[in-house]
Amino acid sequence: MAKVVFKVGDDVSTDIIYPGRFMATVLPTETPQFAFIDYPEFNAKVKNKEFPPQSIIVGGKNFGCGSSREQAASCLKGPDFVVVARNFSRIFLQNAINLGLKMVICPTIEANEGDELEFSAEQVINKNSGKSFAIEALPKARQVIIDAGGLIPFTRKLLLDTKSSRGI
Amino acid sequence: MGMTMVEKILAKATNQAAVKAGDVLEPRVDMAMSHENGALVINQFSEIYKDTGLDAKVWDPDKIAIIFDHRVPAESSKTAGNQKKIRDFVAKQGIAKFHDIRGDSGGICHQILPEFGYVRPGKVVVGTDSHTTSHGALGAFSFGIGATEMAAVWALGRVLNVEVPGTIKVVCEGKFKRHVAPKDLILHLIGKLTAEGANFKVIEFHGPAIEQMSTSGRQVICNMTVEAGATSGIVPPDQETRRYLQEEAGVKDELDIFGPDADAVYDQAITINVSKLEPQIACPHTVDNVKPIKEVAGIKINQIVIGSCTNGRLDDLAIAAKILKGKKVARQTRMLIFPASTRIYLQALKKGYVTTFMEAGAVVMNSGCGPCLGIHQGALADGDVALATTNRNFKGRMGNPNAEVYLCSPAVAAASAINGVITDPRKGGK
Repeated sequence: MAKVVFKVGDDVSTDIIYPGRFMATVLPTETPQFAFIDYPEFNAKVKNKEFPPQSIIVGGKNFGCGSSREQAASCLKGPDFVVVARNFSRIFLQNAINLGLKMVICPTIEANEGDELEFSAEQVINKNSGKSFAIEALPKARQVIIDAGGLIPFTRKLLLDTKSSRGI
Repeated sequence: MGMTMVEKILAKATNQAAVKAGDVLEPRVDMAMSHENGALVINQFSEIYKDTGLDAKVWDPDKIAIIFDHRVPAESSKTAGNQKKIRDFVAKQGIAKFHDIRGDSGGICHQILPEFGYVRPGKVVVGTDSHTTSHGALGAFSFGIGATEMAAVWALGRVLNVEVPGTIKVVCEGKFKRHVAPKDLILHLIGKLTAEGANFKVIEFHGPAIEQMSTSGRQVICNMTVEAGATSGIVPPDQETRRYLQEEAGVKDELDIFGPDADAVYDQAITINVSKLEPQIACPHTVDNVKPIKEVAGIKINQIVIGSCTNGRLDDLAIAAKILKGKKVARQTRMLIFPASTRIYLQALKKGYVTTFMEAGAVVMNSGCGPCLGIHQGALADGDVALATTNRNFKGRMGNPNAEVYLCSPAVAAASAINGVITDPRKGGK
């Protein structure tokens, strides 16, 4: 169980999650300081590391639309957020899976800041409202990458397996 | 069962007779493009190889292109550092398709790729930029990926676990009226589909209006398919594709020109009669908030921008120059023009467009992404309103969340510059 610490609306673009003006900062260790920076109150708490791991951000539909900038996923992965949204845009979803950011697709989610949410395999339960909402599975094609903890360990293993199968 | 364009391309890229939407594949990559975010790709690439004892060499340096465009010349020592890191990497890896900050061969990545013949029909192109969809204009399956995904491509030469996307067929009938352009078509389509309407799908364009359209126009429509959430846009290649690649890009080798099967299966079909279109405007703060120009005409504009990977090509500049010739940009309005490449800039100089723009009061900048994403030049003040031929109007897009951005065609931008308010080019400036 974890708490919703931030709620945003529909079509939140990567320009909102991680504005272009900070794109020269690329390293995943450095990006969290600019997460949602145009929401100063929330950003200050991220910077001060006030949120416990697995704190929840709730989004609407098409979360992460726009630019492919990976900083938008890495800045949320650093503080170990979970993003629950009605759905995600393609590139954001892929970047988040590749970096191991936890996402939950929940097309009917209703939750407010401060609500406690509990996750099962099939549903999100809002402990405050008592309502539960069905979860939609992440793309099956990417499950092996999720299971590996991200694309870097997955690719590393592929390369090493290829090397050993060639007997090098 | 017949195959769509993208199904046929992916079948070829995986040596299979047939594939269908929903199949999970690992297609070979023919071109892998990055810009300054190559610095992050390099970081992730070395992470992959860390402690493996393997030599961190890219799979094929000839299939990688890196183009500096987002912050050129560097606006900060941080960017300069990223650019230096990339320069060192391309030298070490032997990547020849590298476009540094130069007046003879630089420009925006999505213009450099076609101009230099790096994109071919029937091929698979990936880029660490969401507008990589642009290259569907030449009949390639071309889509945006993140930096870590690209690092894996650099290592393996293929994209892992790609689900073959379904396709929306868009048939464009009729003929564009004067001062109505491909930009108006794509804005209209995005308004119709919504910002997520084509999520995880490809938009395949057909019909007489597409057949008659120049490669430049096809670049505009494919470029912005991502604003409806599409994985990519694609135009079946034809004589115009051959003409562009041979005459303008200087491609000499054999081209693999093919279209979709006649009995291809589509998820959805949409028909648009472009004869009925009027100039369209995407209003703040989403690209699908599209209105016909009459509903927003008269809104005061502080900054006009012509440029970007969407509308910064020679034909766009020609339209603007024709409207601005002998006229002045309104006193209260700034006008910035960014040619999409240095080649286009040189052509615009020779044709006198740059003189026309400067005499009108516009500032002609060097080629690059510029103010489109608010990271380099042309930032907006609180309360400013911009009108741009670029591709996004999200809150904060032009560097300030307290400003507004409207999107339009080059003709609308030029006519509006003269009046300082959103102006229908069919009615003309002062």
